[in-house]
Amino acid sequence: MTDDAEAPEERVPTRYGCPLTQRFGQDVIYVDRQRYLDVLKATADDGYEMCLDVTAVDYLKHPDRWLPDGVERHRFEVVVNLLDMKAGRRLRVNVAVPEDDPSLPTLFDLHPGTEAMEREVFDMFGISFDGHPDPSRILMPEDWDGHPLRKDYATGEIPVQFKAGNAR
Amino acid sequence: MTVHVGHVSQTSEGSQEMKPRSEIVASELLREIGAVLRLSETEAAALGDLPETPEEDQTMVINMGPQHPSTHGVLRLMLELRGEEVLRCKPVIGYLHTGMEKQAEQLSYLQGGTNVTRMDYASPLSNELVFSMAVEELLGISNDIPERAQWMRMLLVELNRMASHLLFLATNGMDLGAVGMMIYGWREREEVLRFFQKVTGLRMNHNFVRPGGVAADLPAGWRDDVLRLLESIPGRLDEYDLLMTGQPIWRERLQGVGVLTPTEAVALGATGPILRSTGVEWDLRRNMPYLHYDQVEFDVLVGQYGDSFDRYAIRLNEVRESMRIVRQIVELMPSGPYRVQNKKVTPPPRARIDESMEALIHHFKIFTEGFRVPEGEVYVGIEGPRGEIGCHIVSDGSAAPYRLHIRPPSFVNLQSLPHMLRGCLIADAVAVTSSIDPILGEVDR
Repeated sequence: MTDDAEAPEERVPTRYGCPLTQRFGQDVIYVDRQRYLDVLKATADDGYEMCLDVTAVDYLKHPDRWLPDGVERHRFEVVVNLLDMKAGRRLRVNVAVPEDDPSLPTLFDLHPGTEAMEREVFDMFGISFDGHPDPSRILMPEDWDGHPLRKDYATGEIPVQFKAGNAR
Repeated sequence: MTVHVGHVSQTSEGSQEMKPRSEIVASELLREIGAVLRLSETEAAALGDLPETPEEDQTMVINMGPQHPSTHGVLRLMLELRGEEVLRCKPVIGYLHTGMEKQAEQLSYLQGGTNVTRMDYASPLSNELVFSMAVEELLGISNDIPERAQWMRMLLVELNRMASHLLFLATNGMDLGAVGMMIYGWREREEVLRFFQKVTGLRMNHNFVRPGGVAADLPAGWRDDVLRLLESIPGRLDEYDLLMTGQPIWRERLQGVGVLTPTEAVALGATGPILRSTGVEWDLRRNMPYLHYDQVEFDVLVGQYGDSFDRYAIRLNEVRESMRIVRQIVELMPSGPYRVQNKKVTPPPRARIDESMEALIHHFKIFTEGFRVPEGEVYVGIEGPRGEIGCHIVSDGSAAPYRLHIRPPSFVNLQSLPHMLRGCLIADAVAVTSSIDPILGEVDR
């Protein structure tokens, strides 16, 4: 971790060995990809029994976003929302995913409810989940090109891809 | 229904359809069962839960939907059948996908409400509420929302919960052959929607709950309208009890059908009535209160068996609980402003524009360029009629969200379908699908 004299907090708090921020009153930890599965296992053991949501953000056009010190900056960030029902607390896990190798291990074995959400992230962002039981597109047609929620995927200039329909 | 013949073209990313039986290995099924039941694969195998592998020529894959009337829209279920028994099921979705999350990146925060309200079209106000709460969180004004706005939001959201559950009762009745119920459910829902029309101007897709408060004050005579509604509905609900709840045929169709255990429900991320039907007491209104739900009295209804009947009974009685909440809201509704008095967020009233240059400027700026929202990332979750509706917004400091994601409860709840249907009869597939109460607009967005 680098010491930045201008940083508002003198020391970044951590949880599960990851930098923890509490902006807007919400607990967010920033995990690097190598420790992703281990940290998620630790959170599950710690009471975060339900995985509510898996989504992603493409920071292509907003690269200089605020991040705690020592957190890697990559194009994609996968966002996992966890819920601890006994203590009534939430935790958000942000994982940076690099552009040249957009992949993460799947959470399926830990939280089988992430099956469809990971498929959606793959469909929309092209981030693949290693070990996913059904790594196919979920919302777009299966022969679609590109991943629509990426920031370099233009809106309004989509070529017609349903060629079979035109030929009729 | 069409019988599935052959394979569709498949890309390297894999087909969306169900894998043929010959490509399924036992370990995959074991892994799925083990993950859902939170067991190791050996433990799952010891359960003996694994269906035996039938010969390929004894099974048939049938597509139910996407235009089957009982699938609530364009849900397509691929069912692998042996006789009438469902061996495997795979929901295929995406037929209604219109890229609403991509669209949201083009719309300003003021326009965003028109987009999210169209996702779950049976409970539009909940979607608007969660979006507004997330934006307010980013703006740092979530504590400044006037009291009247908070209570109005609660009133509308609870009435919307009633409308949504009445719609469920209607379609659930229709799916199971109580066709008269369809008319009754729609009739009562329409009365709620008539009140919405009076308040918001529209029956659906209101865009009424907005960042900073609500769009307009309640119209004169709203109290009488609500009380009239609260008087008319209880008797009708008792009729439903007569028509359905106590009926042996109704019970026979629903009891013990599509059973889900608490462990499975939590593992699959199911929320709302589906989670509560398994006996888990979890309702965000009670467990993590937002708005003023900590100031009203209501019961969180839980089931015992986790079957389709419990899910039906919970929704029916949640209508009664919502009425109880609405009655308290009518009593407690304070007077005062209904929008936050912050000129940067709230457009000035029409009358001010004629007399104040500054008001005109603010009005112009808000409606052309929108208001800027500070950089940040939030996730807000509320209890919608179908479970937790979450809104995840990333702001880059401009007037439109950098990324907006709605956590749709139906989308997640739909994943429990294959588990509930395994080993069911095909006629029960209709009952179980109906009891999930999916709204496909929200599933596909």
